Amino acid sequence: MPDAAPVLELKGLRKSFGALKATDDVSLDVRPGEIHALIGPNGAGKSTLIHQVAGSLTPDGGEVRFNGADISGLTVAQRVRRGLGRTFQVSSVAPEFSALRNVMLSVQSTQGSSFRFFRPVMRDRSLVDAAMDKLALVDLAERANVVAAELSHGERRQLEMAMALALRPKLLLLDEPMAGMGPEGSKNLTGFLDELRNEVPILLVEHDMEAVFSLADRISVLVYGSVIASGSVDDIRANKDVREAYLGGED
Amino acid sequence: MSRETVINWVLGLGLLAVPFIALMQGEPFYITLATRVAILALAGVGLNLALGLGGMVSFGHAAFFGIGGYAAGILATHAFNQEPLLAWPLTVSGSSDMLVIWLVAIAICALVALVIGAITLRTSGVYFIMITLAFAQMIYYFAISWPAYGGEDGLSIYVRNGFPGLNTLDPIQFFLICYAVLMACLFISARLRDSRFGAALQVARQNPDRLAATGIAPFNIRLVAFVISAAMTGLAGALFADLNRFVSPSMLSWHVSGEIMIFVILGGVGRLFGPLAGAALFIVMEFYLGGITEHWQLFLGIILLCVVLFVRGGILGIMAGRRVHA
Repeated sequence: MPDAAPVLELKGLRKSFGALKATDDVSLDVRPGEIHALIGPNGAGKSTLIHQVAGSLTPDGGEVRFNGADISGLTVAQRVRRGLGRTFQVSSVAPEFSALRNVMLSVQSTQGSSFRFFRPVMRDRSLVDAAMDKLALVDLAERANVVAAELSHGERRQLEMAMALALRPKLLLLDEPMAGMGPEGSKNLTGFLDELRNEVPILLVEHDMEAVFSLADRISVLVYGSVIASGSVDDIRANKDVREAYLGGED
Repeated sequence: MSRETVINWVLGLGLLAVPFIALMQGEPFYITLATRVAILALAGVGLNLALGLGGMVSFGHAAFFGIGGYAAGILATHAFNQEPLLAWPLTVSGSSDMLVIWLVAIAICALVALVIGAITLRTSGVYFIMITLAFAQMIYYFAISWPAYGGEDGLSIYVRNGFPGLNTLDPIQFFLICYAVLMACLFISARLRDSRFGAALQVARQNPDRLAATGIAPFNIRLVAFVISAAMTGLAGALFADLNRFVSPSMLSWHVSGEIMIFVILGGVGRLFGPLAGAALFIVMEFYLGGITEHWQLFLGIILLCVVLFVRGGILGIMAGRRVHA
């Protein structure tokens, strides 16, 4: 597994806001079949890094390579079309649309152009059926016709996951998927992601250490914008710098 | 059938009935009033695509309304005077055929909207409002200072343009033309709203980041919607010029942009038949209250304020309740 060519590769990424180096020469990769977790204390620059991978921020230097190609110059939408799926730290859905129509939008995107003006989407089985499948996959089928704004926090997370999966991504970028899920929800999601890694590799940004340690194949630790350690779960647990910088020193 | 569908039918058939009742009552003036409602509603239907579905608060749709009007006026004038519009490199003559005029109005408005949209849609919020206004004002002052077609005085259309097989000088027949165009554009709007494009457009309003994260660039979707929206409003402008047999820079003024927006907001933003309800209420108030006091717009203002403050869904919202989401 570790020998396979990486799906996502960050090479020497740099991003500063004034004097603040939010991303300081970050290099890491995600390989097929693995969950690579990115952890770090608040303000370490995780969000800034995610933005640069997703395309909503332009790095000052360095490269984002995806499936062997440099995608640094592509827009958010172009990157998604290449297969970079994501979920947001704060769930981002179309609030006035039903769960079903939200997922249908993803399916629509994978089927090509959205410049089709005349055929009603709700009568298009190819959209509805594929979207229902994905909703069933995340256990949200019964809530298909509920408006997204009226879904619970956890359900919106599930919906976002369904939307991301409906894009048939080659990589998933998950930004704190466990946040606010509660113990039961976190456990379910952990199980779900554990299975998912075989279909699609994941770059996981997460605060929930239990989830990270049980899921990650590799962990990179970000502190003050730079990666201070990267390795297996055991490596990271044993790493002195990490314990001091992040895990709060000796237990 | 949902309550909103019933109300849509009532509004649509109600407007159709007005001219015939007017004819029976021997009050042909009301036919003109109904025709005005149909045309202004059409302008609103155009704006509603951009504003209601796409969340683009264009304060410059008078530009398209006026350009449509001038397309009708200029083509008709050249046809009337039998002067070619263009002598070189190829001869282009004027036209007094509505179908030709509509196509020209739509094409020019689409082209202008493509340019304006490509620039303005890089901004959002209040900047978008102001830049669309600025473009419309530029065109307004251009029309005022361009002497070839009447400048400030405007341009008269001596004979209303023709439609194959119909007598457009007959008020009822002209009304029916306008009504048919309105219904056709409402049908197109409904199909657009429910289509893939409509889904993307609505998400561009609700949550553009989500749209991008789904692999669809919001800018392109908005731009195409803006162009279609402008074309419909331009078509309304061409009809309006034919109704009045006159076009002047006042059709391009920012008051008109405001009025078109008022139709949409009064009727219910994003509601299919909202612009029709809004335009009808506007014209009725203008006619009845305007007969009582010159300052009838004070009452319009009060009603608009109440709608914005208390009933977000406009007239359609009051009558049909909250929108039912698919």
